[in-house]
Amino acid sequence: MKRAHLHLALRYLGLLAVLAISIGPFLWQFATSIKGPSEDVFVPDFIPDDPTFGNYAAVADVVPVWNFALNSLGVASVNVITNCLGAAMAGYALARLRFRGRRFAAVVFASSILVPFEAIMISLFLVMRGFGLTNTLTGVVLPGAVAALNVLLLRNAFLALPAEVEEAAIIDGANAWQRFTRLALPSVKGTLVVVALFSFMFSWDDFLWPLIVLSDQEKYTLTIGLAYLQGTFVQNQRLVAAGTIIAVVPLILLFLLLQKHFFRGVGEGAIKG
Amino acid sequence: MTHRPYTPWLFLAPGLAICLLFVIFPFLNMIVLAFTDASALGGGQFTGVDNFVRMAQDPKFWAAARNSGLYLVGVVPPLVLLPLLIAMLVQKVVPGIGIFRTAFFTPVIASTVVVGLIWTWLLDSRGLVNNVVEALGGSRIGFLTDSTLLLVSSMVVTVWRGLGYYMVIYLAALANVPKDLHEAAMVDGAGPVRRFWSVTVPSIRPTMVLVAALSAVNGFRVFSEIYLLSGGSGGPGGASTTLVMLIQLTGRGLTGEVGYASALSIVLFVILLGLLLVTLKLNRREDQL
Repeated sequence: MKRAHLHLALRYLGLLAVLAISIGPFLWQFATSIKGPSEDVFVPDFIPDDPTFGNYAAVADVVPVWNFALNSLGVASVNVITNCLGAAMAGYALARLRFRGRRFAAVVFASSILVPFEAIMISLFLVMRGFGLTNTLTGVVLPGAVAALNVLLLRNAFLALPAEVEEAAIIDGANAWQRFTRLALPSVKGTLVVVALFSFMFSWDDFLWPLIVLSDQEKYTLTIGLAYLQGTFVQNQRLVAAGTIIAVVPLILLFLLLQKHFFRGVGEGAIKG
Repeated sequence: MTHRPYTPWLFLAPGLAICLLFVIFPFLNMIVLAFTDASALGGGQFTGVDNFVRMAQDPKFWAAARNSGLYLVGVVPPLVLLPLLIAMLVQKVVPGIGIFRTAFFTPVIASTVVVGLIWTWLLDSRGLVNNVVEALGGSRIGFLTDSTLLLVSSMVVTVWRGLGYYMVIYLAALANVPKDLHEAAMVDGAGPVRRFWSVTVPSIRPTMVLVAALSAVNGFRVFSEIYLLSGGSGGPGGASTTLVMLIQLTGRGLTGEVGYASALSIVLFVILLGLLLVTLKLNRREDQL
């Protein structure tokens, strides 16, 4: 019995150590963000003497941080809608409709998965410029608007549905679009939630592509806005800290609300990395 | 006939258009550009393999390729082992375990930019980590000012952010390890260390290989961490630049050398494709188990 208690105590000790490592840096950043101008930010003090939220207002005075957040929110929301709808439509056609050229379409999506973004980003920038979409939020959204991986995830989800229900609907005279929206889509809700979540997170967190395609500060998304903030106001860590907290809080809330889907998504999207 | 002949193509149109225009076409275009001297302003003459000859003689390319390779070698072992240990720690259901699991996943949720900025501040010459170092009697360390230390610091950040992600993958695998194997080993008198190596590791080996492959691909693609920790410079004299960062620096802006950047991209692509194909193969094999 004694031995079991010791084991449990050791386990909690380990858990607390990992907790400190994974959460500590966030807490330190938060502590820095609420330190007043009179307090030395370099002193390792997790609880400020005179906490203030003034830095959150002040950061908006030096860079339009709420504008950045709005841009990010817009880009991420559109990304969720286009991915859920576009990938579901394509996935449905691949899984449920018979037609000439299906193999061609499947090959396009499968090979798109194998092309890492980093390898085509420069060439992609030229394509965007050809369309006149550089330095626009449309240009930020378009390349990831329908991710090939999501098409395959949804194709697999549709393939797993029993065929009988749809066969009955065909006899009743339902056309392909009606079968898609009324029968197939509601049955893959779980996968759609995963696709939506990861599309949002991917888009909200994306750094490299917005960095390449955007040049005007007013178009910045939160991630490149923050990198810019750090580069320009590195002497005032309180502001940079406030900015990072603004960027991370929405995602943490989303995660706390929809935890189990996140964990499921890690399994399904393991390849996406 | 259950649908008109063009109906499937209406379903496919948005996805197919995006993938063809923004993945397949840029990819093919990159291959063409790699054999030209195209600049960001346009034009470009066919120059044969000049870009690749230049690459072979470019010390910046070799330094970047070495850094990316070192990065891969540096992050894979800790990312294979540490998340496994954490997964074993949170596997057993004890009071409050949900809170711990959730908390350990938080760094995955935060973007690389947020994570990069947090650690830039932690590793600052007067930051929290150096305060601890000083308190322990050491002298301040230039985590972000020395090119080698910058690379190591960046690896630490990558590993820190990956712990929760791979923990979840391992948790799923550990759930499938038969309990009676552990019990049998216990009856035979095997201690915890022995059981780890003789029971746990062999049962989840496919997952460990998968995690190794995934973290290798992601390690080789590193950009944000190095970019942010170095304030966009790639370290003193650009000595910590990685391959992706070199491509970004070479190809961007009005002075961008698109032709040369494309040639660099082809090298990156070939290496990543190799790693990715290995990953896919392993993933498929794991699915069958």
